[in-house]
Amino acid sequence: MPAMLKVSRLACSRGERQLFADVSFSLAAGEWLHVQGENGAGKTSLLRLLVGLSPADAGEIYWRGVAASEADFHRDLLYLGHHAAVKDDLTPLENLCLSAALDGIHLHEEAALAALVRLGLRGREALPVRVLSAGQKRRVLLARLLTRPAALWVLDEAFNALDSGAVQLLGALVGEHLARGGLAVLTSHQPLPLPAGKRLML
Amino acid sequence: MNALLATVRRDLLLALRRKSEVLTSLFFFVIVASLFPLGIGPEPALLKKIAPGVLWVAALLSTLLGLPRLFAADHLDGTLEQMALSPSPLALLIAGKILAHWLLCGLPLVLLAPLLGLQFALEGQTLFILSLSLLLGTPLLSLIGAMGAALTLGVRGGGVLLALLVLPLYIPTLIFGAGAVEAQSAGLGVEGHLSLLAALLALAVFFAPWATTAALRIALE
Amino acid sequence: MTNMNLINWFRFASPQSFYPLAGKLVPLFWTLALLFGAAGLWVSFFVAPTDAQQGEGYRIIFVHVPASWMSMIIYLAMAFWAGLGLALNTRLSSMMAQALAPTGALMAALSLWTGAFWGKPMWGAWWVWDARLTSELILFFLYVGFIALQSAIDDPRRADKAGAILALIGVVNVPIIYFSVKWWNTLHQGSTINLTRAPSMAHTMLWGMLLMALAFWMYSIAVSLMRLRAIMLERERHTEWVKHALE
Repeated sequence: MPAMLKVSRLACSRGERQLFADVSFSLAAGEWLHVQGENGAGKTSLLRLLVGLSPADAGEIYWRGVAASEADFHRDLLYLGHHAAVKDDLTPLENLCLSAALDGIHLHEEAALAALVRLGLRGREALPVRVLSAGQKRRVLLARLLTRPAALWVLDEAFNALDSGAVQLLGALVGEHLARGGLAVLTSHQPLPLPAGKRLML
Repeated sequence: MNALLATVRRDLLLALRRKSEVLTSLFFFVIVASLFPLGIGPEPALLKKIAPGVLWVAALLSTLLGLPRLFAADHLDGTLEQMALSPSPLALLIAGKILAHWLLCGLPLVLLAPLLGLQFALEGQTLFILSLSLLLGTPLLSLIGAMGAALTLGVRGGGVLLALLVLPLYIPTLIFGAGAVEAQSAGLGVEGHLSLLAALLALAVFFAPWATTAALRIALE
Repeated sequence: MTNMNLINWFRFASPQSFYPLAGKLVPLFWTLALLFGAAGLWVSFFVAPTDAQQGEGYRIIFVHVPASWMSMIIYLAMAFWAGLGLALNTRLSSMMAQALAPTGALMAALSLWTGAFWGKPMWGAWWVWDARLTSELILFFLYVGFIALQSAIDDPRRADKAGAILALIGVVNVPIIYFSVKWWNTLHQGSTINLTRAPSMAHTMLWGMLLMALAFWMYSIAVSLMRLRAIMLERERHTEWVKHALE
């Protein structure tokens, strides 16, 4: 199968310290990559580099055969980082609808509501996010996986701060995404409830 | 364009949920302007003379007060990151944020200034020119300020540094804005001042969102 | 031939090859600065005639005018190097911009200070809101802002880029500021005293000014190169070439 995402000889340093060099991998449709490594090994840096938030010292990233900086990469990309990236003063429903609007996507309220229900937030959709727990806040963010269509999911420590039910649920979501021919790059310290994927040790 | 409007709507909604932040800088404007007569004395001729400068400096400072918050909250909670990775062009989203900042921190000044002008013994036509000059000038303040806010985002002592960076750049706006009001009260033509303000505004509308975006990308690295 | 030039140019664009070259250039520029300075001071103090209207006090312009020129030229040079560093991601040019800033700020401060010294005997006031003095003051603020922003950011790469954007914003704004201050000044004629209406200048005065300007140029280059060398060592302290250079 042809590789959709191809990364070659990526290098990154923070200050004077070299975090990693010569990182290469490729992913085809339906494949996922598990980025592993100790704290401070540069997992988050690799992911930020991959999505184009920070520039690499060296190396190239190709998306569908075109350099990612040239390609319409962001349309196909969904990145969820450490941050909650939700507004405390808005309700989960408003958060979902507004972030979709910023992305230029029209999201029906029923679809947003269905996503929140799937994430176990039934009855919480009209409360301000401020009153939700950390895990519930995380679920609001994860609901974007259902409302924002994207071929490549890049999830940084998405399994943290989730209870076991939510871990299973997220595993199922990623599984469905892969089955549809999507790609995923994940970091996590814990074993994931997912079919076997590629592994990258930093 | 839809993305721009969506950003404006989002920021207005957020401000609506937290009214105090917007009201604070508005009250700041009123208080600073009211301090001058107390410090200088209530003589109408003198107040009339200093009014353009005082009101404009007060407007400038109160805009400055809201600037550190322009991107800070979005930076802290990771929303800015999401904006940078959005399919919509970041410059467009940033332009929306700047527009929202003006609607919240600039436009109220335009509406409030004539009331304060009355305290300074200004009259009919001059009050109108005061509002008009602020209408052209305050968007300029928001645009220039956004560049400073982006450059100092997440930097130690950012608030003070922001004032240091932005205030010198505000000088032309102050000169033409206050100059227009002064010219009007001296019975001179105001077209020159106002068209220069408009020209500066046109220049800033093109360049400021772009420079702000570049600075924000650096801050996100 | 062009190929050779290209190679040489790139060779000196890296800190480790520019460091020794800068080391050789520093004494040269210091010598030139001292020579031009001595000649300039001699002309300005002993050769240039006493001014008919301003007496001896006018001689401060031999420092004031070159300092004002330098403050503007250095800002342009700083913005140029910073912009180049931003566009091409070259380490050396960003370091150059950082090295130039304090000298530029010094020149602006010197220009303001000597301007005040000139103003007191000429106009009876330490400070007049003259268009040029006011613009110089704002230029000084811009320098201070640049230095403050760079020193407030810990990561040198981010500091370089943010500083570059600020310097470029400054370059666009300096003419606007100058023009606006001039406009403001002409509208408030009451307090205006124009520096441009200097009395017709004797030839020897012009020579003194020119020599002093050259001395300021050489001094600025020498000091900036020294600072640049220090910045190179500090930023690249973990590399092999610095360890060799310090041995």
